[in-house]
Amino acid sequence: MAQFGFENDIQGILKLDMPITNAPMARWQRKASTSTSSALPSPGKSVNLSLTTSKTPSKTPGKNIKCTPSKVGGDRFIPIRNGQQLDVASFLLTKENEPLDPNNPALENQKAWSVSLNGYAVEEAKILHLGGKPLNAPEGYQNNLKVLYSQVTPSSVKKTRYISSVPDRILDAPELRNDFCKLMRTPCIQYGSLFVPQPTDLNLLDWSSRNLLAVALHDNVYLWDATRGEITLLMKMEREEDYITSVSWTKEGNYLAIGTSDFKVQLWDVENQKRLRSMTSHTARVGSLSWNDHILSSASRSGHIHHHDVRVANHHIYTLEGHTQEVCGLEWSPDGRYLASGGNDNMVYVWPGLGEGSIVHRHLSVLPEGKLDRHIRVWNVNSGSCISALDTQSQISSLVFAPNYKELVSGHGYAHNNVVIWKYPSLTKVAELAGHEDRVLNLALSPDGSTVATVAGDETVRLWKSFELDPIKKKATRMLKSTSSVIHQTIR
Amino acid sequence: MTSTLKGITLKGSAELVAEFFSFGINSILYQRGIYPPESFTRVTQYDMSLQLTTDGKLKDYLTKVVAQLKEWLFDCTVQKLVLVITCLETNEVLERWQFDIEYGCGRRTKSIKTIQDEIRSVIRQITATVTFLPLLETACAFDLLVYTDKDLMVPEKWEESGPQIIDQSEEVRLRSFTTSIHKVNSMVAYKRTDSA
Repeated sequence: MAQFGFENDIQGILKLDMPITNAPMARWQRKASTSTSSALPSPGKSVNLSLTTSKTPSKTPGKNIKCTPSKVGGDRFIPIRNGQQLDVASFLLTKENEPLDPNNPALENQKAWSVSLNGYAVEEAKILHLGGKPLNAPEGYQNNLKVLYSQVTPSSVKKTRYISSVPDRILDAPELRNDFCKLMRTPCIQYGSLFVPQPTDLNLLDWSSRNLLAVALHDNVYLWDATRGEITLLMKMEREEDYITSVSWTKEGNYLAIGTSDFKVQLWDVENQKRLRSMTSHTARVGSLSWNDHILSSASRSGHIHHHDVRVANHHIYTLEGHTQEVCGLEWSPDGRYLASGGNDNMVYVWPGLGEGSIVHRHLSVLPEGKLDRHIRVWNVNSGSCISALDTQSQISSLVFAPNYKELVSGHGYAHNNVVIWKYPSLTKVAELAGHEDRVLNLALSPDGSTVATVAGDETVRLWKSFELDPIKKKATRMLKSTSSVIHQTIR
Repeated sequence: MTSTLKGITLKGSAELVAEFFSFGINSILYQRGIYPPESFTRVTQYDMSLQLTTDGKLKDYLTKVVAQLKEWLFDCTVQKLVLVITCLETNEVLERWQFDIEYGCGRRTKSIKTIQDEIRSVIRQITATVTFLPLLETACAFDLLVYTDKDLMVPEKWEESGPQIIDQSEEVRLRSFTTSIHKVNSMVAYKRTDSA
């Protein structure tokens, strides 16, 4: 019945008030529909574009184009072909590979999510990198900017460091013999120089290389384990009236030599807490001891210095005579070439080591009046000349060299009873450690060089942690090989 | 470097920016200690002395990347350049230097000198960041990422990768410079050190 369709059409057109079915939309309708959609552009047609939200490096085409219908003919479409439109149109054509969805909000949401998750809009960029083997710094290269930019400086460069003014620990030392002998002592020899202080005492304090501090209190010898903090009583004199006059550890720290007031020198095995031997040779109390490998040198109130070879039965192998009064200080140089002794007669002697030839020795007379000199003197052993002397303003009782920072530590009596640290070789004061209430009698340095132990007439032993090293440096020093003990051979 | 009376051309601008990237990357590698400082040599550029690596493999790699970058800059297809510093052992991203590239058609009347001055300030700033960036204590590796347009043809030897973002980062925006064709914004992100 196709003929009726045609007839109907004709009728519809001729009737002016029927709705138009397949004609283009009315202008007002068109406007309403296109403003809500950002439709696909098609060439030639005028469109109402909304701003695209895509991120493009070039300019955004956000131009609203209105078509201007002619007044004649109602909604007949009249294309306007001007250049601008054509340009925009072709531009939009080329952008067809980025179709925009009708539902805009969803796309924006997706974009926002991808940006926050990936840090960039996944839809619009990709990340490339040049593949191949990874480039790394050469093997073993460690970024050492830390050394450049942080404050960890090696100790020798550090100008000042924090030195605690309070002792690290205080140990009680009752019955400490506070002998005030106006004597001299040469406690340490370093680098071929002698450090000579003034009044001294018995040598009742010594710190072993195994970190055991030996303290002699009257007739007892106590061992304080510095690592564990335990105290052991090693030995006690048999007779009440006898007392210990000196203690000295061997280099390995396993044997302790003890000088006594009954003129004997005892040798103790500390690990087994056994006395190994008791050596008699002196005629007076043995005020000072010093080890040189297997040779023990002892000096007594008589002024005589005896060398003992502790491995043989007939231990007394040599005598050095020179001092006329009690020898209060005795020390071997670290290389074993010289033995320095200081005595009550105000003389300091330097003796050659046992391997050497004659008994040619130098005497360095320090002071005519002795005792209250208050000076620290540094001597060159080879030339016999005094390098420097420093007035410390108070009696010095003992001296020790701290190698970590190249400093001297001096213990004093009247009037300050303090411990002073001096820089070597300039002999400038670095720090003063106060705390003892009576004069400082002895000093001993810990095996790692970080702490100095002081014993004083106030019957306390104080430990001052003044020479802490960088842990790195500590590691390096710990790697030094330990020498085997020579004394492990027979000792009877 | 070509320049016309009117100013910079696209090609010249691409060259300038690529050169900046080359020196900038070298500076970062030197300052952050990714490579030993002995492997760098001093050159003069932008009126100041900068460090360039002498390591053969590294030089090759950088030359390749920068040459490719120059092409992309000319085509206006690259969006960002990122230098990522990762810890060698844990592969964790420690630092991220990001250079955003924007394309503009501003007035092309900037002189080369002005551009170079601007580049100099940016590089100076990169050097100065060393003062606040946390020390890189472990051995590190670095990688260069380029953000390009999605439809770009991937050249040989280049692979796709992730963005390598740092979680819990502090960001510092540095200066930018522009050649009036390209604008480069710089920023550095580093891992916050107080987070455990």
